[in-house]
Amino acid sequence: MAVYNRSYQRYEGPLTKANTRFLALARYTWEEMRASRLLTPVLYVGFLWPLVCILGIYLNHNLDALRALQVNMSELFAIDTNFFYVFLSVQSTISFFVAALAGPGRISPDLSNRGLSTLLARPISRTDYVLGRMLPLVALLSCITWVPGLLLVAQQTSLAGTEWLGVNWRIPLALVVGGLLWVGLLSLLAMALSAWVRWKPVAGGAMFMIFFVGAGFGALLNQLLEMRWGHLLNVRTLMATVWAWLMEGQATGGAGFGLFYVFEQQEIPVWSAFLALAVMVAACVRLLAKRIQGAEVVR
Amino acid sequence: MAAIIELDQLEVTLGRKVILNRLSATLTGKSIGLLGPNGAGKSTLINTLLGYYTPTSGTARVLGHDVRKDARALRSLIGFMPENDSFIAHMSGLRFVRMMAELSGLPPAQALERAHEAFYYVGMGEQRYRPIGGYSLGMRQMAKLAQAIVHGPRLVILDEPTNGLDPAARKRMIQLVKEIRAQEGTHLLVSSHLLRDVEECCDQVLILKDGRLAAFCDLEQERSANQHIFDIELAHNAGAFVEALAARGYQSAWSGNGRVRAVLPGSPEPLDLFALAAAQGTRIRSLERRRDSLEDLFLKAME
Repeated sequence: MAVYNRSYQRYEGPLTKANTRFLALARYTWEEMRASRLLTPVLYVGFLWPLVCILGIYLNHNLDALRALQVNMSELFAIDTNFFYVFLSVQSTISFFVAALAGPGRISPDLSNRGLSTLLARPISRTDYVLGRMLPLVALLSCITWVPGLLLVAQQTSLAGTEWLGVNWRIPLALVVGGLLWVGLLSLLAMALSAWVRWKPVAGGAMFMIFFVGAGFGALLNQLLEMRWGHLLNVRTLMATVWAWLMEGQATGGAGFGLFYVFEQQEIPVWSAFLALAVMVAACVRLLAKRIQGAEVVR
Repeated sequence: MAAIIELDQLEVTLGRKVILNRLSATLTGKSIGLLGPNGAGKSTLINTLLGYYTPTSGTARVLGHDVRKDARALRSLIGFMPENDSFIAHMSGLRFVRMMAELSGLPPAQALERAHEAFYYVGMGEQRYRPIGGYSLGMRQMAKLAQAIVHGPRLVILDEPTNGLDPAARKRMIQLVKEIRAQEGTHLLVSSHLLRDVEECCDQVLILKDGRLAAFCDLEQERSANQHIFDIELAHNAGAFVEALAARGYQSAWSGNGRVRAVLPGSPEPLDLFALAAAQGTRIRSLERRRDSLEDLFLKAME
């Protein structure tokens, strides 16, 4: 129909596949996220540490460069589980800030003017909707966490040989599984908070509350009741426990780095960490489902 | 004619309350009006047809698809204009409508083209790049219509389309609805409190009351059934006029204050009545072809 010919015409052209339509929503979400001015500098920071690590691995294998730089070999770090603990911790901390910045504004605008009911009157399911809104965040956080981690493993393997990978096969496994677990939890939490808290700064603040106040409360419980189960409220310790188990086959005290570490002599069983994380994921999914189902129909 | 909406003993219960109570109807019209007082179940019926509510018993089929089993396929064939504001405030009208088209399955390029066209069609070509949050109420109504028709649906469901519109905008909306109705293969379901709107746009009307079917009428049939009845107001000497009608074998009733209702068989010509009145030494002040208004039908259904 030409713009000068104002008559209604039915559409008879090609249609996209029904199961890929959520990708259209993902594209719009991505474009909205990209428009955030604050997100871009944080993202740059997110790619800094992997660059430093790439350089570190390169130097670790380049004797000529080490001689030129007059570096003592014994002072150099080893490319082992500790190296990747540091990498994962630094990147996970940055990804947390990215999620707190980019996550909370994803669902609340759809709810504030009942736009969700119009969206869901289209041939997409509630799951499609959540996937479409969440996928760009998952992709973004993956690009900061486990994807560069795998690149580092590939670089190290290419320089040190496949024997290194044979000995350290748990590292890439831990990067992918542990990274996806972290990214999934962060994204779901950001979506759930976005669905329930209208204002972005408040939703972002609530994420900090859950991660830091929860940990403080858990530590207080441990002190008062002389136990270690309070760490189940500490998401960072839960993640560190899971990462340590994935990387080393056990979660011993002291494993981890920065904000993500396993408390010495206060280790919690790995199964309980998995269980606590599963409960958190289930709670986020339940909160999301409840909110979206409630807003689906305009009464 | 193929059924657009088929309801067979449809019952919908929300909580413990039965909202739709064993509705049965086969709707085949190009444009179907949905009427009923508040709480009659109009919105619940629309939401059921969209697949939001699962029928407790019975079936509902839209364009041959069972709402219980094929809700997804059904939604690709339906365009829905909700009664309340339903938009994403920060998005421009064009971007919002384009996104809706893409979610309905249009490829991005076609979706963009159709979004532009839809905005021009509803008369908002100049406002399409503005955020929807800044639109006036009338503009939002038009934007809602644009998103409902952008993907070229087979059934367009309009819930109170003239809500909050000034007379000029209302006229424009009714005109658009009529144009959409005229398109081959496109059907309309219009829910409105304004009987005049439904009367102007629809050829079939479903009237609900307390979740039950209070009346179902074909407006075209009703109109043709009443087309031989005339309400006549005479200047004087109405008695003689009535006698003259009776002498010709026409039925009539005289209310005593110069008003006469006459039933003329065949293909009556109003000019004959003027001639008859002149022959009786009187004149006709007003003459109106009588037809049961939708209001009459609605009030009968509510009794």
